[in-house]
Amino acid sequence: MSKRILSVLTENRAGVLSRISGLFSRRGFNIDSLAVGTTEDETVSRMTIVVNGDDYIIEQVSKQLNKLIDVIKVKTLDDSDIVSRELALIKVAANSETRSSIIQIVDIFRAKIIDVSHETLTIEMTGSAEKHKALFDLLEPFGIKEVVKTGMISIQRGTNYINK
Amino acid sequence: MKINGSQIVIECLVEQGVDTVFGYPGGAVLNIYDALYKNSDRIKHILTAHEQGAAHAADGYARASGKVGVCIATSGPGATNLVTGIATAYMDSVPIIAITGNVGTSLLGKDSFQEADITGITAPITKHNYIVKDVKDLANTIRKAFKIARSGRPGPVLIDIPKDVSANLCEFESQKPEEIKRFVPKKEDVETARELIMSSKKPFIFAGGGVISSDACNELFEFAKRISAPVSCSLMGLGAYPATDKLFTGMLGMHGTKASNTAASNCDLFIAVGTRFSDRVISDPSKFARHAKILHIDIDPAEIDKNIKSYHSVIGDIKEVLAPLLKDITSLENPEWLDHILGLKKKFKIGHTHIGSLTPYFVMREVDKQTGGDAVITTEVGQHQMWAAQYYSYTKPRTFISSGGFGTMGYGTGASMGAALSGTGKRIVHIAGDGSFRMNSSELATMKHYNIPVIIVVMNNGTLGMVRQWQALFYGGRYSQTTLDRGPDFNILAEAYGVRSYKVQTESEFKAAFAEALSLNEPVLINTMIDIDERVLPMVPAGRPIDELILE
Repeated sequence: MSKRILSVLTENRAGVLSRISGLFSRRGFNIDSLAVGTTEDETVSRMTIVVNGDDYIIEQVSKQLNKLIDVIKVKTLDDSDIVSRELALIKVAANSETRSSIIQIVDIFRAKIIDVSHETLTIEMTGSAEKHKALFDLLEPFGIKEVVKTGMISIQRGTNYINK
Repeated sequence: MKINGSQIVIECLVEQGVDTVFGYPGGAVLNIYDALYKNSDRIKHILTAHEQGAAHAADGYARASGKVGVCIATSGPGATNLVTGIATAYMDSVPIIAITGNVGTSLLGKDSFQEADITGITAPITKHNYIVKDVKDLANTIRKAFKIARSGRPGPVLIDIPKDVSANLCEFESQKPEEIKRFVPKKEDVETARELIMSSKKPFIFAGGGVISSDACNELFEFAKRISAPVSCSLMGLGAYPATDKLFTGMLGMHGTKASNTAASNCDLFIAVGTRFSDRVISDPSKFARHAKILHIDIDPAEIDKNIKSYHSVIGDIKEVLAPLLKDITSLENPEWLDHILGLKKKFKIGHTHIGSLTPYFVMREVDKQTGGDAVITTEVGQHQMWAAQYYSYTKPRTFISSGGFGTMGYGTGASMGAALSGTGKRIVHIAGDGSFRMNSSELATMKHYNIPVIIVVMNNGTLGMVRQWQALFYGGRYSQTTLDRGPDFNILAEAYGVRSYKVQTESEFKAAFAEALSLNEPVLINTMIDIDERVLPMVPAGRPIDELILE
């Protein structure tokens, strides 16, 4: 079992997301993350789906996705030829004593502080899953109050396009 | 010219060549039923007793004729009553269009009276579905739905039409239906298949329902003859290859024959044509066709390597795959292999394991004899279904109509009516079990009202026989909730509906009753009493390799 990234172009219509997520649940495929948004063509949505599975499962997922009428294109991305990002918002406990230590860590990770209160700091962080984990580990001792993530989005490098 | 949404529905159905629809009215489809009333000379509406019957009728209509079946139901409970019928059609790749009404667009999502999210409910059991929220989109949605239902691997499509959409006015212009193109395989895939076939010494063909959907039975026949391979069929494939032909070895799998199951387990090339390797066929996947390379030919790429790993596959319409293969394949002869398998066919004849004075074997052979093997047989699900599959010789496609994948008890009364109204010109004999028949026997009212001449043979053993058989073999004879020692008396029931019926207990009584039924042009029920301990044999116990058959 390994993590694989699928990029899926779909019609930008109501109900498409539920068709896709329904397909995963009823066929017993596990989604690690799913991120969706419109593309350069506003009638088309693009999903990045991170799936946990072996070759058999990935092949099944992609064949079954291809059968959905609303799906335009399914591509399994090659890990070595893509750039991937995930955005996280992390709300961490901070008081006058701990605030500067947290800000130092945030600077090292080139993350951003986007909200401050007497008791909290909210950090915006973009990066790979590994980078997220590293930051998370360092912030944990301060007391993480809330985390929200967008899910991974990925694109191929250079002149490789999903429609090619 | 502007017409309302309901009239658009009618015009689009006519455009697609639909002349018969099955359905049941209700609040959310009042507008559509008003249009059906005004257009009764263009489209015949059959009012069933229950929406489930309408869905199965549309399915039977489609299977018997190859056309698209259409059913209509109102919102909420009307729509959900279609669900079993839609799932049945989905599992067996049958092209039907289900039209449902829904509450008005302003009431959607507010738990309104008789509201159900039927597109959400049916997403997993339709090839695709639509909710039409603007009358401007209605005509094209219906056209797309028909195209999707018919093209590639066929399947059901549902169109949900809120009440205001069926009332609103819109410009309409008639269009010719788009031509459906056949799916042509890759040349190099066909070539590799040809090489595999030419180098095989012990080829074996397994044909499924895809051969019938693709209208490729003649090609299959020629192909089998050319390479001298024994041919078996899945339940859905029955009729794709003539059962009376020398090369036919019967069904494969759980209730397959000794010849078919042995051939599958010993062949060197297993040629699967238009089939999806159901678990009822393969049983233990690690032991299935274990000495063979598997050549899988199917229209749906998602079926390749799903249940059984193939050695090579060709993706395409079966007709488009077999035609070029036939062009390039020279005759193959494998007399030793063929003699071995055909010897098994002779040695292990099926049907002689029955008990009692009137046996299922006799019943099915008599039906075959009296109809000249030229009837359309419909079934319910259970023992009688397997007997109908095993003992009647299907020689033409679309003559065996049965819920294969979904195994829907209660399927047959609706399906038999649909088949009877599909214009095949054949007699429809509906083989039922007493358990299944009770589920939708209310359709007798429909048969009587429209005088639909279905001959219903209820194989009445007073039990849910298939479950009882498993309880006898694997559950120590503990017949938990399977004995149907209660009414109704089917003859009195038939009488209540005004349907002529017979009760038969002996061979001669059955013979006479069936002959009389055939001579009549009306629905008839033959209450056929058989022994409670009749079994379906051969049988492969669940999870065992298919060559480990229980023969008696």
